[in-house]
Amino acid sequence: MDILNVSNLSKSFGGLKAVNQVSFSVKKGTIKAVIGPNGAGKTTLFNLISGFIPPDGGTIEFHGRNVAGFRPFQVARLGMARTFQHIQLFPGMTALENVMVGRHIHSRSGFVAGMLHLPGMLREERDLRERSMEIMEFAGIPELAGVEATSLSYGQQRLVELARALACEPSLLLLDEPAAGLNMRETAGMADLIMKIRDRGITVLIVEHDMSLVMNISDEIVVLSYGQKIADGEPLGIQKNREVISVYLGQDDA
Amino acid sequence: MLHRKSVQTAILLSVVVGVQLLTRATDTGYFLTQLTMSAYYVLVITGLCLLMGYAGQISLGHAGFFAMGGYLSAFMTTHNLLKFRGSVPVSLLEKAGVLVTRQDLYGAEILHVHPWVACIVAVLFTVAVAYIVGGPVLKLKGHYLAMATLGLGIIVYRIVLGSAIFGEADGLSDVPALTLLPGLEVSGRLSQRISNYYIAWGLVILSFVSLLNLVNSRVGRALRAIHGGEEAASAMGVDTAGYKLHTFVLSAGFAALAGVFLTHYNGGIGPSEASVMKSVRYVAIVAAGGMANLWGALTMGTILNFLSLRGYFGSFDDAVFGAILIIIMLFAPEGIMRRDFLGAVKQIISGGDKGQQDGHTQRQ
Repeated sequence: MDILNVSNLSKSFGGLKAVNQVSFSVKKGTIKAVIGPNGAGKTTLFNLISGFIPPDGGTIEFHGRNVAGFRPFQVARLGMARTFQHIQLFPGMTALENVMVGRHIHSRSGFVAGMLHLPGMLREERDLRERSMEIMEFAGIPELAGVEATSLSYGQQRLVELARALACEPSLLLLDEPAAGLNMRETAGMADLIMKIRDRGITVLIVEHDMSLVMNISDEIVVLSYGQKIADGEPLGIQKNREVISVYLGQDDA
Repeated sequence: MLHRKSVQTAILLSVVVGVQLLTRATDTGYFLTQLTMSAYYVLVITGLCLLMGYAGQISLGHAGFFAMGGYLSAFMTTHNLLKFRGSVPVSLLEKAGVLVTRQDLYGAEILHVHPWVACIVAVLFTVAVAYIVGGPVLKLKGHYLAMATLGLGIIVYRIVLGSAIFGEADGLSDVPALTLLPGLEVSGRLSQRISNYYIAWGLVILSFVSLLNLVNSRVGRALRAIHGGEEAASAMGVDTAGYKLHTFVLSAGFAALAGVFLTHYNGGIGPSEASVMKSVRYVAIVAAGGMANLWGALTMGTILNFLSLRGYFGSFDDAVFGAILIIIMLFAPEGIMRRDFLGAVKQIISGGDKGQQDGHTQRQ
């Protein structure tokens, strides 16, 4: 069963076809990786799927519903959460508060309840705090709860951002280069965590440069080059794919 | 949390009462007039603080909203409808109590809208305008948003200055009292000076506590998230446009309410209330208070408005607020109501450039 079904998705920036007629699907409960050389269109693809930029053409079916052209918050409400290539935590807020923002769609107190601090709102606030703490524990960072998020180390910030996305309780989690800037040990920890997330039943779509990470954890891989899909399949097949090898290692012109 | 909040409210209340007792003991009851007026300006400023400091959206049009509320209420309670008395709608409204009669300054009979109805209509109208204007305007960011809201403020200013029904350069006067309870009214009558001081500060405390509540709630977190990173906030399912609009409308409503009350207190309103310098003044005070700092906005709003209304700045009044804005932006972009202010000054004097890095009103 496919949770995400992208077909003929296209986006041009001026004359550049950043994403060109890309189609692929993601099976529920799997980890799928998007790889490709720099400038292949991976981040653009992510931004299209999560609603940050509208596509020029094509469809994005999420849970069988075409979400192409939806705005980011609408996509998020349907159960898709994401992290960013360049970490985007909220400054001036603690790690826990950052994660609590992730619970936004699972809470409902509005302006009036907020201004009057109605009992229902206070109860919700307490639940929200507890649930966010649980998620930070799952991500292995409960001790960071009270620390201002942007003062943390890079690796810790990645984990807070991931916890914030998990707090949305997504059915599909988009991770944009989750291991970028991490050392080997942190990368291994991240790999474990991503597999733990999948084992919870959350489908993961991941853009990543770290090949060993991708090959180790992915159930399937889709390869982009110059905005086009050149391969799609299981890691072993991708490793042997001639076109993929030529894109990554360069072609012998002789 | 709850405990801390009651302590804060108690402190605020006792300061308000303490100041009144102090003026009584020192026989300086006349200060209460400016303190009452300051309270209404503080109402605008704390509302603007929510918009600027927490949601991160600037508005140079808040004097416009303030004036819109004040002028509408003043117009409805001073415009004589006597010549329409024969017509069906007017007589129906009169029977329903929406229209009332009183004697104007010269003893002539005047038929006008009931002050309460005028107050509610004025605030609702301003809120509606903020809602309609806010939608497209809040799509802009940074300088562009500042320009657009500035434009709104200028439009309101030119309208009140150029319309005969709003009294042109003279403004509107002879605005009747707004009776809250029998014996308790918003008016400038000397016998009501102390009660008006408490009405104004009671309103400030109520709105202040509700704003404190708000910033410590899910909505407040969403607003700070929008301020900190709009993309990330929307990726978390926060309807950023909707929250910005609601905050804009809420703070415009605060401004309109303040405008209505101050107009009834002063018994009139003039075009200077709508001037751009007033908007700049509000922004300067929010900045001086530390942007995302409601207590700072409250403190600076009270002190600076009081000094200005007492005439301590003389003819340099506007210049003082311009200077405050420049100095704050240069030396303490996070306001002077913060602990490490002196450190920041030292750093700037010794040639550091900390001021460049943090505390901008807008993050692009």
